Amino acid sequence: MSSVGTISRVAGPFLLAKGMAGSRMYELVRVGEAGVIGEIVRLDGEKAAIQAYEETIGIKPGEKVVGTGKPLSVELGPGLVGQIYDGIQRPLSVIQDLIGPRIRRGVAPPALDHKKKWSFQPMVKEKTKILSGDAIGMVQETPLVKHWILVPPWIKEGFVESIVPEGKYEVTHPIAQVKTTEGSEKLHLMHSWPVRQPRPYKTMLPTDVPLLTGQRIIDAFFPTAKGGTATIPGGFGAGKTVMLQSLAQWADADIVILVGCGERGNEMADVIEKFPKLKDYRSGKLLMNRTVIVANTSDMPIAARESSIYTAITLAEYYRDMGYDVAVMADSTSRWAEALREISGRLEEMPGEEGYPAYLASRLAEFYARAGRVTTCGSDEKCGSITAIGAVSPPGGDFSEPVTGHTLRLTRVFWALDFSLAHRRHFPAINWFMSYSEYMRSFESWYENVGPDWPKLREEAMSLLKEEEELKEVVSLVGAEILGDKQRCVFEVAKMLKEYFLLQNAFHPVDMYCPIKKTYQMLRLILEFYERTKQAVARGVPLTQVLSLGVKGELARMKIVRPEEFDETNLAITKKMSEQFGQLAEETPEGESV
Amino acid sequence: MSEVTRTGRKFFTIREISGPLLFVEEVSGVGYGELLEVLTADGEERTGQVIDVSEGITTVQVFQGTSDLDVKASAVRFTGETIKLPVSMDMLGRVFTGGGKVADGGPELIPEDYWDIHGAPINPYSREHPIDFIQTGISVIDCMNPLVRGQKLPLFSGSGLPHKLIASQIVRQAKVRGQEEAFTIVFAAMGITADEARFFREDFMSMGVLSRVAIFINLAEDPAIERIITPRLALTAAEYFAFEQGMHVLAILIDMTNYCEALREISAARMEIPGRRGYPGYMYTDLASIYERAGRIRGKSGSITQMPILTMPDDDITHPIPDLTGYITEGQIILDRKVHKTGLYPPIDPLPSLSRLMDKGIGPGKTREDHKQLSDQLYYAYAEGKVLRETALVSGEAALTKVDKLYLQFADRFERDFIGQGTSENRDIEKTLDLGWEFLSVLPESEFSRIDPDIIKKYSPKHTRKDADNSLVS
Repeated sequence: MSSVGTISRVAGPFLLAKGMAGSRMYELVRVGEAGVIGEIVRLDGEKAAIQAYEETIGIKPGEKVVGTGKPLSVELGPGLVGQIYDGIQRPLSVIQDLIGPRIRRGVAPPALDHKKKWSFQPMVKEKTKILSGDAIGMVQETPLVKHWILVPPWIKEGFVESIVPEGKYEVTHPIAQVKTTEGSEKLHLMHSWPVRQPRPYKTMLPTDVPLLTGQRIIDAFFPTAKGGTATIPGGFGAGKTVMLQSLAQWADADIVILVGCGERGNEMADVIEKFPKLKDYRSGKLLMNRTVIVANTSDMPIAARESSIYTAITLAEYYRDMGYDVAVMADSTSRWAEALREISGRLEEMPGEEGYPAYLASRLAEFYARAGRVTTCGSDEKCGSITAIGAVSPPGGDFSEPVTGHTLRLTRVFWALDFSLAHRRHFPAINWFMSYSEYMRSFESWYENVGPDWPKLREEAMSLLKEEEELKEVVSLVGAEILGDKQRCVFEVAKMLKEYFLLQNAFHPVDMYCPIKKTYQMLRLILEFYERTKQAVARGVPLTQVLSLGVKGELARMKIVRPEEFDETNLAITKKMSEQFGQLAEETPEGESV
Repeated sequence: MSEVTRTGRKFFTIREISGPLLFVEEVSGVGYGELLEVLTADGEERTGQVIDVSEGITTVQVFQGTSDLDVKASAVRFTGETIKLPVSMDMLGRVFTGGGKVADGGPELIPEDYWDIHGAPINPYSREHPIDFIQTGISVIDCMNPLVRGQKLPLFSGSGLPHKLIASQIVRQAKVRGQEEAFTIVFAAMGITADEARFFREDFMSMGVLSRVAIFINLAEDPAIERIITPRLALTAAEYFAFEQGMHVLAILIDMTNYCEALREISAARMEIPGRRGYPGYMYTDLASIYERAGRIRGKSGSITQMPILTMPDDDITHPIPDLTGYITEGQIILDRKVHKTGLYPPIDPLPSLSRLMDKGIGPGKTREDHKQLSDQLYYAYAEGKVLRETALVSGEAALTKVDKLYLQFADRFERDFIGQGTSENRDIEKTLDLGWEFLSVLPESEFSRIDPDIIKKYSPKHTRKDADNSLVS
């Protein structure tokens, strides 16, 4: 039932309406002659508070408000991948075609192209019993994505009465008739789903597979899981956005959903220009074939910024239900929280910390709780996952502020971005002492499959860095001159570890992506060099002599060796290392001490 | 400022006046954001805007302030229009008040059109990514944090630091290489002193650029509330030049700190729940609605490059104004008081400064292929040098290793002769990069971990000179 009321107050994106009896919380409404889209965020008798998803300039008290009877929903079906949507799933390319380069109100083109025909292959026959989540057919959405057409969640079980033959159909064309206990229902290639309601699944699974990112510091030291959560807090200029974009490019997920939430327009333009040209490392196909972008830049209406997070996670759940590993990257959740704060302020709610509403923590929790690895609904055992990675922009770089604080409690991986690294252009500027991954333990066996000594290497590398840090404090007090070769060796190799391994150039054509095997080999080689250096120094070889070995230069260039040639390089360097250190041993016979 | 229709209805129902706000009752048919006239008892006319409208009370902000207004004899007349700026090419070479009125004693403009001063968000899909390097002739900017056409890159300054000189040097020297067309300048001043206003005006005049500058000035003594619209008027003019006339516009907004103070004042008068340090919770969104008006649009030949200038209260970069700005703009150029005290000009600290669009704007065909790697290496070396300088302070230079001492030497020369340059010295990018190489080659080549070996061979003076020597020999 839809209600018709009238506007009684307009204050920016916030409106009050009366005569709204019969409307529901979170119902979508159309306001005034312009038909501005809004959502009911509070009900009080027959009065309703509305947040508008579009500009409200010119709206007058007394104008009509019409309820649509439906909550804010997204269209789910073939055609999502490769699209760029705003926070309420309006396709930005279509908006441009309709009204030009600026976003003005009152346009609401459908999210999916309702005219485009898709090749549909049916997978079930008449009279087959089906459960919700079962695939009744398939559409090849992009070269990378097989789009399974699933029985929507509200049909618990039923029988296929009829299904169309293989052929081309629009998303709104009925493709099957299903008989349930409640009657008969038509299924289409698409259906819609309310964004604030999580889609159902069967069971939650443990998260024991890492989501590889091709970023050495993450894959080696602080991996997140398929179905896991991670957060990147950092002040401006620490490299959040570049890192999130690298992750969106290289994460080994089947579907990536990138949310630009209250961020810069030029950055979104960069992604929109870059992604359609970049190739996926594994498949060699264009990255856009697995990417959906939700872009609500900082100058676009804030209510749509608030909803963009839900829009994105709902799209993610839809692909998870097909059995895919989905990664959602949100940049930045702080802007989302600010939208929440602004709306709450206009509603004159009692503020909590720093003016944020008291329900900030529970809203954040709701978002991260929609991540996870699950068995999906349906007759057969399918497994899908959503990894949620959120950037946080703490004001003044202060990690004690509410959004960062709550997020850290809700997520299990913390990539701490560090200004002092960023200032010396060490990227990714992830601080190796502050960051952590709570998943490490459950990945142990996975990593041992890549290299049995992996846990040991990781520990060695970390303790080397720690040792260097401690020595640094000493040096800053008494100077480097007092160090012996043994300590200086820690400095030198720690520097190599930082410069040759941890430092990774997101813009270098080879270095931008490092497969896990290469990461492992690189780390092993550097630590082998360390081990041999320590031995040589202990034998009395001067450190300067070790450092002038030719193999050191080759270690420096490892990162720009193409992954497919790296096995060879690995062998060559190992061989050279043993030769060159061997020669050192000959030149300085045992027993000769310094 | 905007054309006001004379037909609107007049209401004498002002109930309350608080700060810059009027609360009016019993009005009807008024829309949110509508423009209105406020008439004082003496018949003076001011302009205002509806910022909250309900059946009971309508809240109005008055741009010329509320002094002398009263609740009885003053009246408001609603116009049914939003605030619009009359736009025309004749705006160039002219000076306007912060409210958009002609302020140079010249004739009124004959507008070609009226544009809504709030603009409309640019569809991110329709944006074109900025890629054209702007040579400012200032090494520390061009090499380390280059400005790109369509970027918004603020100067974070402090009171007493020479941001005015830098801004004026940039206005004078900025150009896109290989293109003759000079930038059209839109200059918006908010809350600056008459002295500063004169400095800029005379400066533009002496540079001979006045004919391609449109100036909007809200002085310190003008009503604070007017500052809310000054940048919006200026950017509307900029949009007209850029996207209607196809010009490349450099918009300078000074001082955004004063703008934010005005924002706080209104928020307090509305009794809104404050965010950090009393600034309204929506300040990020509000600032974004200004800064995001920079950029390029696909299919249009013009562009808007923004250089907002703000003074950090107490030089504190974590203060909400620089903080929120930094989160919206594409980098920042930071002026440092300590450097300034050493007498170095420009006192820019490259380490915390950043240009996010750097990678798009430089490289072969734009600047030079070695630019990115060289600047990365310079960054590393200068950061290292600064750390070692601290160490040397504590434990004496004797405690440093040989290479450490070279880093110190590098840092000193880099500061003095690379960052440092004259206020009218205009270095082209080749000169800047060559200087960078020259200072860097104080260090042994084995330290150059951020540069490809081929690039080192091609550009390092050690190699290029050797090659030159060899060719002399042969």
